[in-house]
Amino acid sequence: MTDDDPRGTRLDQAFTALADPVRRAIVARLSRGPATVNELAELFPITKQAVSRHVQVLEHAGLITRTRDGQRRPCHLDPAALEELTSWIDGLRLATERSYRRLDAVLASLTQEES
Amino acid sequence: MTNPTTVTAEPGVPFIDIVRDFDAPPELVFRAFTDRDLVAQWIGPRALEMTVDHYDARTGGSYAYTHRDPAGGEYGFHGTFHSIEPDLVVQTFEFDGYPGHVSLESARFEPLDGGRTRVTTHAVYQSVEDRDGMVASGMETGLTEGYERLDELLPTLAASSAR
Repeated sequence: MTDDDPRGTRLDQAFTALADPVRRAIVARLSRGPATVNELAELFPITKQAVSRHVQVLEHAGLITRTRDGQRRPCHLDPAALEELTSWIDGLRLATERSYRRLDAVLASLTQEES
Repeated sequence: MTNPTTVTAEPGVPFIDIVRDFDAPPELVFRAFTDRDLVAQWIGPRALEMTVDHYDARTGGSYAYTHRDPAGGEYGFHGTFHSIEPDLVVQTFEFDGYPGHVSLESARFEPLDGGRTRVTTHAVYQSVEDRDGMVASGMETGLTEGYERLDELLPTLAASSAR
């Protein structure tokens, strides 16, 4: 909840980055393997400059990294960053499940009372 | 085997949807969601340290409760009940430590075959940032509880594999 929580800030940036459908499509494409901005631009009806800006947002959010390979600068998905997003949901699921298991126990005792 | 809990939180929309089946009829699930003493037994991350200030589950009523962690930290929550129907509870939810960021939560109880109930909850936050902030702040707790659960589970697994 605090502003200086780096993990929270990173999650915020990652979720904001993924709030855009083009950026989600870029992430989906990169999940199948690295690609350059030119290669990504072929997939979308928008300019190469626009794709480049989306790539920068994803890079800033820590979701993708870029390496140099001669003249090519392919984009790679960072699996650890995506895993952190998944663990956010997992954390919520575990917390909910724990409450709901206690609710199971409450309901079991109510059912017994009634019978 | 417990029933699986499905949590959906799509990027870009301020909603969280949770679906879970329970081995009890809707009337009992309704009681467990609206009776003060029963709610105190299961809601929130740490049932043992929960104190309910009030829990007036009727249309227009309100509630407030506090969780205390072993280190003495207090986390208060409050809200109002917008509608209470036999198959539906709609309430607001606000963390005292994050005032003004109110979510609207509905829980629907749907009868299933064999006297069972499907509970579908839908939470609407004021923004995606609110949703992510609220849930990310609870994440550490969730993960800790995951390990606690693992601790509980491991002896059972050990016992069953020894057989």
